[in-house]
Amino acid sequence: MSNLTELTAIELAARIAAGDASAEQATRAYLDAIDAREPVVGAYNEVWADMAIEQAKAIDARRAAGQDIGPLGGVPVAVKDNMCTTYGRTTCSSKMLANFRAPYQATAVDKLQAAGAVVLGKTNLDEFAMGSSTENSSTKPTRNPWDTDRVPGGSSGGSAAAVAARMCAAALGSDTGGSIRQPAAFCGVVGFKPTYGRVSRYGLVAYGSSLDQIGPLARDVADAALLTGVISGHDGRDSTSVPRDVPDMLAHLDTPPANLRIGLPREFYSDALDAETNRAIRAAAEAYERAGAEIVEVSLPHSRIDIDEAGKLSSYAAACYYIVAMAEASSNLARYDSAHYGHRTAKQCDGIVEMYSRSRAEGFGEEVKRRIMLGTYTLSAGYYDAYYNKALKVRRLIKNDFDAAFERCDVLLCPASATTAFKFGEKTDDPLTMYLADIYTVSVNLAGLPGLSIPAGLSEAGLPIGMQLIGPVFSEPKLFAAGRMYEKASATSRLTPPMVKQA
Amino acid sequence: MALPCRMRRDVGKHQETADVTQNIDEPLVRHIGKLSRIELTDEQVSTFGRQLSAILEYFDKLSELNTDGVEPMAHAVELRNVLADDTPGESLTPQAALANAPKHDGDFFMVPKVIGGSQ
Repeated sequence: MSNLTELTAIELAARIAAGDASAEQATRAYLDAIDAREPVVGAYNEVWADMAIEQAKAIDARRAAGQDIGPLGGVPVAVKDNMCTTYGRTTCSSKMLANFRAPYQATAVDKLQAAGAVVLGKTNLDEFAMGSSTENSSTKPTRNPWDTDRVPGGSSGGSAAAVAARMCAAALGSDTGGSIRQPAAFCGVVGFKPTYGRVSRYGLVAYGSSLDQIGPLARDVADAALLTGVISGHDGRDSTSVPRDVPDMLAHLDTPPANLRIGLPREFYSDALDAETNRAIRAAAEAYERAGAEIVEVSLPHSRIDIDEAGKLSSYAAACYYIVAMAEASSNLARYDSAHYGHRTAKQCDGIVEMYSRSRAEGFGEEVKRRIMLGTYTLSAGYYDAYYNKALKVRRLIKNDFDAAFERCDVLLCPASATTAFKFGEKTDDPLTMYLADIYTVSVNLAGLPGLSIPAGLSEAGLPIGMQLIGPVFSEPKLFAAGRMYEKASATSRLTPPMVKQA
Repeated sequence: MALPCRMRRDVGKHQETADVTQNIDEPLVRHIGKLSRIELTDEQVSTFGRQLSAILEYFDKLSELNTDGVEPMAHAVELRNVLADDTPGESLTPQAALANAPKHDGDFFMVPKVIGGSQ
């Protein structure tokens, strides 16, 4: 039954609902795929083999009893290891939480399970979701299934690699500055960051609270839409969750939006963009035009991407994003005090401050330390206005640019990343270079918008290229319909990495 | 304690955005480490000093922008004063709350003595 792993979540759910396959068969097929490819890919921090079979048997029993098994009934999924689960550990790929067992579960995970999904395990990430390559994980590297010398992107690199390598049907990730969309682009899968407030953050370990959103990584747009619908909705346990009805994300999926206006932000098509990626996105625009959409040029001046003679990228949005994210991180990560939970130093400490400082020095990796320190600095007396408050003002300018652009178009089309997947170690020496891997995705988080990353073909080297569609807040159904329109027009979706083909 | 501040007033057009000259020297790195409750080795003090300076210099790019009169935007979706009914709900049992504690004694978290240490 290994072909079960080639189906989309929607196709698999339909087979299971029809009795043509069981949840247990599907789960075993995925556990076999994990046995075969996980030793090379390293996408999971923890595989819940026994628990997954148990969940699958429960779904099969419900179906046998004539009960509804839900829209994801029996579909095996993976969850990024920064979402609390009452089973297994929640480590955030940090030594700080290496043995942490959450006393409660994230709402998004509850909703997935209530919809019948079988959770296969927890996936690797950059420590506390801080990074763009998953190289900042304290557990292990995750390899890109398309080329194992290359990173899967990050921070949801484990989820992206697991979906690409057919080691789960779909997965949850989290996106603070591009952490779903950039790894989706690197691994040739679909990734979606919902509108801020659409999905409850309850149980998501906080990094940048005004930016963080949970979203799906999936084989195609329809699966991403289905999962988004399942995990969305108001939650009284997250005060930033928006009390708003959740529309049927699939209702108009196959109806191409009439008179769709696609905006190309001219600042994103600068010399900073890799030539092959540029060609691929231009080809996507042409595919839309052939399918009846209108292409308009728009401007996002404060998200402008510059490149200097030395090839160094820069953008106001990236500077703004990192100031805001690090400030919020320094506050959020103050909770790791080694008193209530988390790593505590084994060394003798003279007083409680020494215990805090030594435990945090041992428990956090270098990137997490850098971000806490920078956030602490930019929030400190004398610097608050120059950095944090200034960044909040620029954030408003960035949002205003999007508002103006959406007066003239329905969705924006741009790259999800300036380049295809890079090699291990390529950007680890210089933190600033790594930060600029997010340059096409951060503006969306600052403005709270939904962003959809879709495979737009392969480069000459055989690596996936990712494009991004951005819509106004709460425009998910239209965004998914626009994404589906591209999949149909281009036939570039559902890319299969060579390691899966050879299996 | 206030940070040692080296502000250079921008004589250019954007007066309100103090153009901050970054010089994250070793004493300042140690001070930030202390505020962040992170012990640093001598080697880290020197590496972080270099890296933090470079990153802050990059952040300074924002001073090119005129933001006079722009309202700061702290949140993407501007919900205000979300209130919940003041009714008791389910909460963690002491046992569950203590389950991840590095050290505990009965219903109490255990830490080294708070008074009398060097800091």
